[in-house]
Amino acid sequence: MSTQSSVLFDTPGPRARARNTVYTVITLVLSVVGLAVLYLGFNDYFRGERPSLLDPATWAVNPSGEWTAAKWEPFLRPGTWTDYVLPGLQNTLTAALTASVLAIVFGLVFGVGRLSEHWWIRVPAGAVVEFFRGIPLLILIFFTMALPIVAYQLFDIPTGTFQVTALAAVVTGLTLYNGSVLAEVFRAGILAVPKGQSEAAQAIGMTRSQNMWLILIPQAITAMMPAIVAQLVVLLKDSALGYIVAFPEMLRSFTLLATREGNVIPAAIICAVIYIAINLSLSRVAIWLERRNSRRGRVSAKPADAEDAPVKADTATGPAGAVAVEPTVQEPLPDTLREDGSAEPGDGGTEPGDADGNGPRDGRD
Amino acid sequence: MEAFLSNIDRVVDGFSWTVRLTLLSALFSFVLGVLLTAMRVSPVPLLRGLATAYVEGIRNTPLTLVLLFCGLGLNSALGLSLSGTVAWDVFWWAVIGLSAYTACFVSESLRSGINTIPLGQVEAARSLGLTFTQNLRLIVIPQALRAVVGPLGSVLIALTKNTTVASVAGLGVQEASREMKLMFDQGVAPVLPTFVGFAIGFLILTLPTGYFFGWLSKRVAVVR
Repeated sequence: MSTQSSVLFDTPGPRARARNTVYTVITLVLSVVGLAVLYLGFNDYFRGERPSLLDPATWAVNPSGEWTAAKWEPFLRPGTWTDYVLPGLQNTLTAALTASVLAIVFGLVFGVGRLSEHWWIRVPAGAVVEFFRGIPLLILIFFTMALPIVAYQLFDIPTGTFQVTALAAVVTGLTLYNGSVLAEVFRAGILAVPKGQSEAAQAIGMTRSQNMWLILIPQAITAMMPAIVAQLVVLLKDSALGYIVAFPEMLRSFTLLATREGNVIPAAIICAVIYIAINLSLSRVAIWLERRNSRRGRVSAKPADAEDAPVKADTATGPAGAVAVEPTVQEPLPDTLREDGSAEPGDGGTEPGDADGNGPRDGRD
Repeated sequence: MEAFLSNIDRVVDGFSWTVRLTLLSALFSFVLGVLLTAMRVSPVPLLRGLATAYVEGIRNTPLTLVLLFCGLGLNSALGLSLSGTVAWDVFWWAVIGLSAYTACFVSESLRSGINTIPLGQVEAARSLGLTFTQNLRLIVIPQALRAVVGPLGSVLIALTKNTTVASVAGLGVQEASREMKLMFDQGVAPVLPTFVGFAIGFLILTLPTGYFFGWLSKRVAVVR
């Protein structure tokens, strides 16, 4: 590994290898110090008077610290998992799956709507997408929860006529926000299908909607699949916001557990591990889809998006961090597929990459 | 609408805290993100591994959990305090949590920016005898930064929206979404105008940022 050459640096010679060894040792020492500080911090060392570091008692597990077995033992009891974690996980997955399906439908409708040739469809669809992309998900969830009050204030519908459950609020928020992002993904994907496809469809006499639904959308979805999956990871992560409106999802069950057992830090660590495991495996699916696309000679299109999704799809192709720079120059920005350089910058996720819009930049290097 | 407008000073105060959170977190996350990127492309495998583990770990954790860890875990359970007053204490913990989370996305953007640099640039630099650090400082980072202006703008916008999470997740930082929730609950103004008002407030923060970074990214784009 240390002799592997990369673009940024030559295959190390004897001196460079020696230097790298020194750096490795320095890093190692620093990380050991960091780990020790972490250990002592969680061991309640920094609270109160600090005994000498050379005293073995300092390093023993402090019964009032976070490493004591009593705080980790709840995770060995089956009841913890069956009563707290699994029901929470089930609620998280229910909310995420429902919102995923609805967001994809929402995204398709509004993504296609923004490409309509009628301005009275295009403009409202664009406004809806830009609005929901530009505001925080949380205030959307708060507003959905307050809908009964809105109904009372505007239409005199007595409060209590209908209730908005926490699940409904979370799913609505996730659908509107992620649906808007997916609308941009679909739009970028449709615009990225080569022009010849539409022209051929027209030449054989297809109508515009036949062209859209039979030719463009199937190709766009295949090309955008990695970006779609990456966005679903974002959606799953955002479902943790349900914690705030008391939706009993996984994060909430972990905080309940932590309150009961008094083990905030261990609970947070285990909860993070579960989220990371789920999201990493979803990300692997995105990478696999992207590789499959490139094996078949297709380019995985990249969306123009605000949050983390596209970057993930973009950089995830390399073995994570193994090689500094891949030998092939990759497509630079998530959004170079945007055809029109003058496209609306929107909430900034959509800034046009290339003014001349010739597609992926690597074509011009 | 009048009831909402008569409370406009509360709204402005809420957004002023949103802006403060955003700017401070943006600064810290940028510094940390550059550092993480440098580690991820360095010739030392251990540094690469550490940075990758950090980015992959935090990026796949919900922000709510990261902030809960800072608030309930480090601040309450371990009793780590950053300031004498509670308001500033939770504020700084929110800045730390948001920076730690956002730095991952800054780092990912920068890394994809490095990937846009043509091989010839780096090879030419190496053949001139530039060391790794010189190469990074003089050739790679300047070009990569110009290529990622747009994505960094997106990260900044996402950060602006993410500051709302800090109002709840075990911290209760004063900012716009908390102010909105309070105005909902206190019934000082009808809900719909309040929501629309705050939504417009956020759009005022995010839309110009988007336009500005879009304009800037075109202006500084490396012509190849």
